[in-house]
Amino acid sequence: MQYIDNILFVILLVAGFGLFAKSLQKIYRNIQLGRAINRSDRKAERWETMARVALGQSRMVKRPISGILHIFVYVGFVIINIEVLEIIIDGVFGTHRYLATLFGSTFYSVFTAILEVLAVLVVLGVTVFFIRRNFYGVKRLTMKELFGWPKNDANWILIIEFVLMVAFFTMNGADYYADQLAPSQHLAGSFPISRYLFPFFENFSLETLHLTERIAWWFHFIGILFFANYLYYSKHLHIILAFPSTWYANLDLYGKFNNLDSVTKEIKLMMDPNADPYAAPAEGVEEAPSKFGAEDVFDLNQVQLLNAYSCTECGRCTSVCPANITGKKLSPRLILMKTRDRLEEVGRNIDKNGKFEDDGKKLLNDYITKEELWACTTCNACTQACPVLLDPLSIIFEMRRFLVMEQSAAPQELNLMMTNVENNAAPWQYNQADRLNWAKD
Amino acid sequence: MDFTIKTMADYAMEGKSPEVLFWVGCAGSFDDRAKKITRAFCKILNNIGVEFAVLGQEESCTGDPAKRAGNEFVFQMMALTNIEVLNAYEVKKIVTACPHCFNTLKNEYPALGGNYEVIHHTQFLKSLMEEGRLKIEGGKFKGKKITFHDPCYLGRANGEYEAPRILLEKLDAELVEMKRCKTNGLCCGAGGAQMFKEPEKGNKDVNIERTEEALSTEPKVIATGCPFCNTMMTDGVKHFNKNTEVEVKDIVELLAEAEDL
Repeated sequence: MQYIDNILFVILLVAGFGLFAKSLQKIYRNIQLGRAINRSDRKAERWETMARVALGQSRMVKRPISGILHIFVYVGFVIINIEVLEIIIDGVFGTHRYLATLFGSTFYSVFTAILEVLAVLVVLGVTVFFIRRNFYGVKRLTMKELFGWPKNDANWILIIEFVLMVAFFTMNGADYYADQLAPSQHLAGSFPISRYLFPFFENFSLETLHLTERIAWWFHFIGILFFANYLYYSKHLHIILAFPSTWYANLDLYGKFNNLDSVTKEIKLMMDPNADPYAAPAEGVEEAPSKFGAEDVFDLNQVQLLNAYSCTECGRCTSVCPANITGKKLSPRLILMKTRDRLEEVGRNIDKNGKFEDDGKKLLNDYITKEELWACTTCNACTQACPVLLDPLSIIFEMRRFLVMEQSAAPQELNLMMTNVENNAAPWQYNQADRLNWAKD
Repeated sequence: MDFTIKTMADYAMEGKSPEVLFWVGCAGSFDDRAKKITRAFCKILNNIGVEFAVLGQEESCTGDPAKRAGNEFVFQMMALTNIEVLNAYEVKKIVTACPHCFNTLKNEYPALGGNYEVIHHTQFLKSLMEEGRLKIEGGKFKGKKITFHDPCYLGRANGEYEAPRILLEKLDAELVEMKRCKTNGLCCGAGGAQMFKEPEKGNKDVNIERTEEALSTEPKVIATGCPFCNTMMTDGVKHFNKNTEVEVKDIVELLAEAEDL
């Protein structure tokens, strides 16, 4: 019977990580629904960008308060994962604080002390975040577009992180006092915080302390499994997807928009006096894509879909968007959130039907309206503000392309402007022959 | 103009080529306000003896507004036509006073076969200054408060924040920065083809928000580096009935005025 703990642990571990892997697989499948895009060039620069932006959090500190607090939570999360490794080893093999034997007592003391300090910083971080979000009224965090699940999700994450840290301190504190009562060889470690957090542990019996430690230990472990599986339903996916998103980020200058190759071919053909308009396309020549621009998630590229899953809804993009600042309906954050919502809906449709069955809905109009799309000034403030290099503007731009090139559904004044460019080579209705008139005045 | 503006065709007839092609742009060619910027820039170049040409009737819209509105067809029609003309004249170096033309020529033409050295007029003037060809002295702007509005397609899109400021500093003016400047700059509201349509419904127009911010620095001059920003800020200043107190001027206009050209 003494192995029952270990067996139970392994079952939970396998089930927890199995479910987690399944969610990741689903996300991967959904992202694959997008158009392929080649972003495997400039590898060195991509690794460097990922290291600097995702690992190094270089863009987070542009807003110092949230930036530094986020680094606390982030570093805490990363380091505490080493402790999770210890939990797994102990759980599977029935050891207690295995890393102590591996590290030696001095190094292990330093290690546990660092963990405790980091855990305090995490608690500080999540507490301030919770206050900022719920009581202090940071505008980008309290906007109406977050009402409902996005707001609750953010709060749940903070609460879970807080509770996990409490479990962590409880576990350490109980262990410390148990060791005071009955010193054991395998309890090395230094607990500069937790030993003072729970003065009432001093009065506990050894059994109660052991039991407390076990409960906190199991709670911590199950909490982590729960958290991992919660990610799929949460904006918190960014802790994983920020890495690929920064790796696959657009490395070009913000002003450089892509040129559609299929259009180039058409126009070169138009401009070529020797071209035979009735000629059959040559063998092996790629056909023009069936659609210009994007109407639904299938028309977006895979990096754009990955972006939608990576967005953590911080709203730094929206808070600098000139259209949003002046009260227009456009919010770059919502563009990404709606893209993800639609992609999730398509994913559920596929889960249910085996393949995508037309549901009569599209990303355009059913999720993102024309009014939002036409309010964008393409100023790139949103892309410059994003801490993980997401590109909501590229989605807006592709959808405009669809509206204009597939549906001729631009606002009337823009149609006029485009006709002028086409006929007069200027956005206004002036004669091209008058281009040099300014020199005569 | 009290001197002749030569075209690429004129130069070609003489069997010569100019140092640089000045890409005037649609606003610079047709918009009455922007034409003043065009002329001011030409005066400076002429004054220091830079040999430049324009395309004149052979110039077309770069296609920027059509592209950003989503019309890739019209954009590429313009782009490929322009590239044919530019390549026929074997153009190497282009300077333009419009950040939208600048961005499109620089970033979007190469993939279509148009490879040129493209510079914004503030960058060009800065380099002329560094070479000692252009000398700027404070003149009438000495000590006056000037605030500079960063054009998105120069700053954010292409990372150029310094050239315009270096020129402004040479005027010995008091350069005051708005709260949102450089990488945090706020759009004037005209980019992405917004110039050509009414804005969507909101609390206020973007140019009003931006002008409000510019005016809060209590400047004598709001300096711009883009004909569209210039229009938007001018409209904003009129909106606040400040047009008698505050001038909206392109940097080249300030330089030309400082030199009494």
